[in-house]
Amino acid sequence: MDISTNYLGLKLRSPLVVSASPLSEDIDNIKRMEDAGAAAVVLYSLFEEQLRGDRLELHRQLEAGTESYAEALSYFPEPDEFKLGPEEYLRHIWEAKQATRIPIIASLNGSSLGGWIDYARQIQKAGADALELNIYYIPTDMNLTGTEVEMTYIDIVKAVKAEVSIPVAVKLSPFFSNFANMAKRLDQTGVNGLVLFNRFYQPDIELESLEIKPNILLSTPMAMRLPLRWIALLHGKLKASLAATSGIHRASDVLKMLMAGADVTMLCSTVIRHGIPQIAMIERDMVDWLKEHEYESVNQLKGSLSQKNCPEPAAYERAQYMKALTGYALPRT
Amino acid sequence: MKKTPIFKTIDGAEAAAYVAYRLNEAMAIYPITPSSGIAEWCDQWASEGKKNLWGTIPGIVEMQSEGGAVGAVHGMLQTGAMSTTFTASQGLLLMIPNMFKIAGELLPTVFHVTARTVATHALSIFGDHSDIMACRSTGWAMLGAASVQETMDFALISQAATLRSRLPFIHFFDGFRTSHEVSKIEMLDEAVMRALIDDRLIAEHRARAMTPDKPVLRGTAQNPDAFFQGREAANHFYSACPDIVQKVMDEFAAQTGRKYRLFDYAGAPDAERVIVLMGSGCEAAHETVDALAAKGEKIGVLKVRLYRPFDGKRFVEALPKSVKRIAVLDRTKEPGATGDPLYQDVVTALMEETAAGRSQLKVVPQVFAGRYGLSSKEFTPAMIKAIFDNLSVAAPKNHFVVGINDDVSHTSLAYDANFSTEPANVVRALFYGLGADGTVGANKNSIKIIGEETANYAQGYFVYDSKKSGSMTVSHLRFGPDPIRSTYLITSANFVACHLPTFLDRYEMLRPLVTGGTFLLNTPHTKEAVWSQLPTPVQETLLAKQAKFFVIDATKVARESGMGGRINTIMQVCFFALSGVLPKDEAIAAIKNSIKKTYGKKGEEVVQMNLKAVDNTLAHLHEVAFANNKVNGTGALLPPITPNAPAFVRNVLGKIAAGFGDELPVSAFPNDGSFPTATAQFEKRNLALEIPVWDEKTCIQCLKCVAICPHATIRAKVFDAAELKNVPATFKSCDSRVPEFKGQKFSLQVAPEDCTGCRICVEVCPAKNKTEAKLKAINMQPQAPLREAEALNWDYFLNLPEFDRRKIKTGSLRQQQLLQPLFEFSGACSGCGETPYIKMLTQLFGDRMVVANATGCSSIYGGNLPTTPYATNKCGKGPTWCNSLFEDNAEFGLGFRVSIDKQKEMAEELLKKLSAHIGDDFTNQILFANQDDEAGIFDQRERVEVLKQKIAKLDLPEAKLLIPLADMLVKKSVWILGGDGWAYDIGYGGLDHVLASGRKVNVLVMDTEVYSNTGGQMSKSTPRGAIAKFAAGGKPAGKKDLGLIAMAYGNIYVASVAMGAKDEHTLKAFIEAESYPGPSLIIAYSHCIAHGIALDTGIGAKQQKLAVDSGQWLLYRFDPRRADRGENPLQLDSGAAKAKVSDFMMSENRFKMLTKSKPEDAKKFFAQSQVEADRRWKFYQNMAARDLKAETTPPTATA
Repeated sequence: MDISTNYLGLKLRSPLVVSASPLSEDIDNIKRMEDAGAAAVVLYSLFEEQLRGDRLELHRQLEAGTESYAEALSYFPEPDEFKLGPEEYLRHIWEAKQATRIPIIASLNGSSLGGWIDYARQIQKAGADALELNIYYIPTDMNLTGTEVEMTYIDIVKAVKAEVSIPVAVKLSPFFSNFANMAKRLDQTGVNGLVLFNRFYQPDIELESLEIKPNILLSTPMAMRLPLRWIALLHGKLKASLAATSGIHRASDVLKMLMAGADVTMLCSTVIRHGIPQIAMIERDMVDWLKEHEYESVNQLKGSLSQKNCPEPAAYERAQYMKALTGYALPRT
Repeated sequence: MKKTPIFKTIDGAEAAAYVAYRLNEAMAIYPITPSSGIAEWCDQWASEGKKNLWGTIPGIVEMQSEGGAVGAVHGMLQTGAMSTTFTASQGLLLMIPNMFKIAGELLPTVFHVTARTVATHALSIFGDHSDIMACRSTGWAMLGAASVQETMDFALISQAATLRSRLPFIHFFDGFRTSHEVSKIEMLDEAVMRALIDDRLIAEHRARAMTPDKPVLRGTAQNPDAFFQGREAANHFYSACPDIVQKVMDEFAAQTGRKYRLFDYAGAPDAERVIVLMGSGCEAAHETVDALAAKGEKIGVLKVRLYRPFDGKRFVEALPKSVKRIAVLDRTKEPGATGDPLYQDVVTALMEETAAGRSQLKVVPQVFAGRYGLSSKEFTPAMIKAIFDNLSVAAPKNHFVVGINDDVSHTSLAYDANFSTEPANVVRALFYGLGADGTVGANKNSIKIIGEETANYAQGYFVYDSKKSGSMTVSHLRFGPDPIRSTYLITSANFVACHLPTFLDRYEMLRPLVTGGTFLLNTPHTKEAVWSQLPTPVQETLLAKQAKFFVIDATKVARESGMGGRINTIMQVCFFALSGVLPKDEAIAAIKNSIKKTYGKKGEEVVQMNLKAVDNTLAHLHEVAFANNKVNGTGALLPPITPNAPAFVRNVLGKIAAGFGDELPVSAFPNDGSFPTATAQFEKRNLALEIPVWDEKTCIQCLKCVAICPHATIRAKVFDAAELKNVPATFKSCDSRVPEFKGQKFSLQVAPEDCTGCRICVEVCPAKNKTEAKLKAINMQPQAPLREAEALNWDYFLNLPEFDRRKIKTGSLRQQQLLQPLFEFSGACSGCGETPYIKMLTQLFGDRMVVANATGCSSIYGGNLPTTPYATNKCGKGPTWCNSLFEDNAEFGLGFRVSIDKQKEMAEELLKKLSAHIGDDFTNQILFANQDDEAGIFDQRERVEVLKQKIAKLDLPEAKLLIPLADMLVKKSVWILGGDGWAYDIGYGGLDHVLASGRKVNVLVMDTEVYSNTGGQMSKSTPRGAIAKFAAGGKPAGKKDLGLIAMAYGNIYVASVAMGAKDEHTLKAFIEAESYPGPSLIIAYSHCIAHGIALDTGIGAKQQKLAVDSGQWLLYRFDPRRADRGENPLQLDSGAAKAKVSDFMMSENRFKMLTKSKPEDAKKFFAQSQVEADRRWKFYQNMAARDLKAETTPPTATA
């Protein structure tokens, strides 16, 4: 059974890729992911904004209380140099590369154009096989138009593509007026892959303390419906690879995503919940199903139920919703 | 060939460290102001891998005390290392026993000493020679530097001389005046060091070292037959030393061009009047002599460099032959002596040289003694002129003092304060800044720019507040084409800047401005509107002095540039733009360049933020045209002390608070260092921009805010509704929600003018407004519009009756916090983590509390003039407080206990003898009174009052003896307070002994996990992985478990508390500790500015909670009484960890910073800390879970 696939121009042994999560903060985990059959690993994200915040915070903390009182003109020794950039992350990429043979995809979350470009360049230098841009942006400014928001994405991707030679994927949210148009425009920038979709952590309210709490919920299989539709709609229409992420928990989810047209499927919540060996379980189940159903390869399966190839293309469009409604009969009273 | 000289602007501490680091291999250090900076430099350089002259990184070890440091250095020297240490004052005194040994063993070393006042009637961190003078008999050579340049030079000269002479050297320079003065100096090249330090002598030192390969025995015990001769056997080393030092000085001059002699004379060659002195005063004297001699005065100054061994012959030779009268000036006081030490040396030398016929002087000069400059008291040309004038009169005053008005012993010389020798070509600038605004840092930077980028010489000296919150800094900057010898504060300034507008209302800062000088004010007002907003005296002075007046809204520029409250860069740009020290464009380029250099390592954002501030400044700087304005100001300056204060507070402490303490005469002061308490209430500092405002409808009356307030500025009272008469319009009250106080009124009130605005009260408030959840029961609002009304409310609140202490359940926080705090408005850091504990103690036991306080933060905010926070209740009772030393505090407190117990016992003995006269029943009531609770103590107090009346009428010797002892019959609570530097390190031996004594003393350790007061040096309490001074690479060892050690005794009450995590647990521990009949030890987690947390956001209590939640800090109580009842004495009061230790560590810069400097080490330390926290928790849990009954029951025999 040939389960290999191509993603971002990289030849992968299977379509099972581990997406960015805290698990990859530990090199041993990355090794175990490789051992469990992961075809590639997307590292946890480097947050430029956090580094920037850390630098300002460090500066303020070091200055706080200084030169005010004769006996304590400062409170900390200041080293000659600080490692305030992405050094640790870069070292992590390098160590992950040394420890494994699978492609290591770095993940970058920037907050300024300069940060995106500079860090992307450094990530390439550190040896990453590819770069995933995690554009995590919630426009709350009421004066900002949708066009402006979209241009921000395009500009970032263009700028990074111009700077690095390694493949670049972009992880997106589905919240665009016309996602298809957005995908097309991004594709025109030469981006090597689209990762669909980013899951935003939604806030929650703590009733007793009356506080807003970031409540991180792991995905459920329901979450895969949205990327499934869009991958199916986009398959065959773009040069860029398509990666499916969100709600992929079982082999059946992987198979569905591949049939919709994904080049790879990204696993996260299921690995966090069930442990790294879950990757091997999914692969085994996937291979069993493929064998059982007499498929020869993943490539054969890929996109077989995309909008382009499926027997009922309209099923992926709005009409399908109308049909579902009209087909729903109220119980007789 | 001499290399091109490199000039740098550095302070004296760095100058000494620069040489000491390069010329030593092993150092033992311990923090003490003002020498800490030297050790900090060395530790930092070592952690950065800088190498010494021989290519190795010196080994540095921090010790538990100066006594420990000198012991370690002694060991290093005996085993052949080039070793040193740095110290001052009490620290030097602790070294004395070992210094005798080191000298007796002829071990070459140099101790660099920032000469500082030794504590007598009071502690002082400032400079004089009382510490080094206490070392005269140790046998050490002493070389004194007078300036920053000399400090660097003499550090090398003394090092070379010690190797050649084998005598150990004290290299001293004046604390603060030299150690902290920033000055442009020529740096010593390492080649000069190489030329002067002979490696063969080092080899000889090593050859003499102890080694089993060539064993010797030292430190023998000797008997009368041998000791004396041995003591005399080294005499020739002393007689050879002066020649050696002079030879080194000559070689040094050949290398550098800077010539020194053992006694350096400056002045008229035919001088008839000469003053002799040493230390930084030499520079001011030199400047004065130059100015006056140029006018034809026959005067001179002789600067003593090598004070020990004192070379009488060279001394006399150095005097001009024409000298007729000499004034010898000592910067120390030796009460009861025939004169202060230098005077005695001079008199002896003159006598001996004259008697021996070696003197070339035309006459035997008359010698007069004078004392000056104790505790860094100013020593100015005006005073120096007065000394020369004194030498001109027919009968000069002898044993005079100068610089103060001694209206008691009438020893002082009068002087004309307006006399000045400041050269006209020197730019003199004064800056009044707020500690937190970065003024001093910017000024240090300006000096660097001018000193290092222009041909000008530069000097900066900085005067700091003794309060740690809202403190004012005054920067004194001089720039000029010649070396600057003005070792005194600026009294006539070309430029004065006020960086905080409210300072202008309180301080007379324009007094030193010269006519036509420039005044720069940071103000929110426009150039048109500002005039009418100025205090009237400021307007009058500006007009009278025809000043140039400029304004800038630097606060706004800072905000818009992302600088927050740091206006430093903006005001620096203004200074350069207005002072003309450099052409404007050059100055701005230099500032920008310096910003890149200074902040580059902290990231581009920080650099850009500052550059933006530079660019935004000049457009906002405006000149105010006021020459034709009328005087229409806001009125007189605000009084430093409220008018209702007692006369002493107004007239003495008030003068100090206003910055005019120097003008107070001797008669104003107590002669034994005793001061009244309850004085902080009279100093209204108005520091807070925002204060908490109470929302009585949301409040649940838990009083957590009252408990946590570090400054006792938020208080609660419960009272009868009938008390509400003549209520101010905005005073708030509501019904009490406490069931026991049903039907009574409750009020929560803020002291608007005492609050520091730290927000910690708001952060701990658990109540939330039901319609707007961001609001709590107290919310911060701008102070200015509230000030007047709330001040009225505060006064009204204070006049409401205090709740009857006997009716309060002290175990319940919401009731206990109604007790009046007898510790209020301290000068601790805004948001301090220590003071809430002290405040709580004073609420519980203040009216019967005797406090022994170790030196440190708590002794500074507890007892630094002008005003102090320990207060009294309406009966005039309150804590009585004393600070002895840093190292002896436990013993000092034990002394209180022994003394009080003995006096109580004597009172009881006398009472029994008088029983027949005062009634057996009454006697027994007193003798057997139960004083376990408030009611019992109240009753006993009343009985003792009656007793005093009764015995006053008795004409019996026992009655007379009993009168002064009677109050001892009322319970006294002895509390020993201090920080972890004291309890874990320097005072640990004494603490251990005192705890083991079994006596009824209570020890409260406010554990900030570093030496906070001296700037955050590592203690044995510092946790693993924390960055601290002396642990620049993160502390590699774990924290000492002081509580566990104390528990091992079995009979000590021990508690570990964190008020921010569980306030009622702290309360319980305090009450149990006091009730325990033996010694108690409470270790209280105290968040601190030295932790690198944003204290100004009120985060302190949250950090305490996180420390506990993560298991980094445990809450427990160990009560031996429980063991007596068969229960496990240990109760573990914090639950299993809810968070990771790394969550806590990453929330504090002391740990987080390591991830930015040594990420690999940080990872390792963080992981180890988690393992340790887990283990500690399990260990304590196991200990607390032991069933002692089962363990002590003999096992039942089984069949």
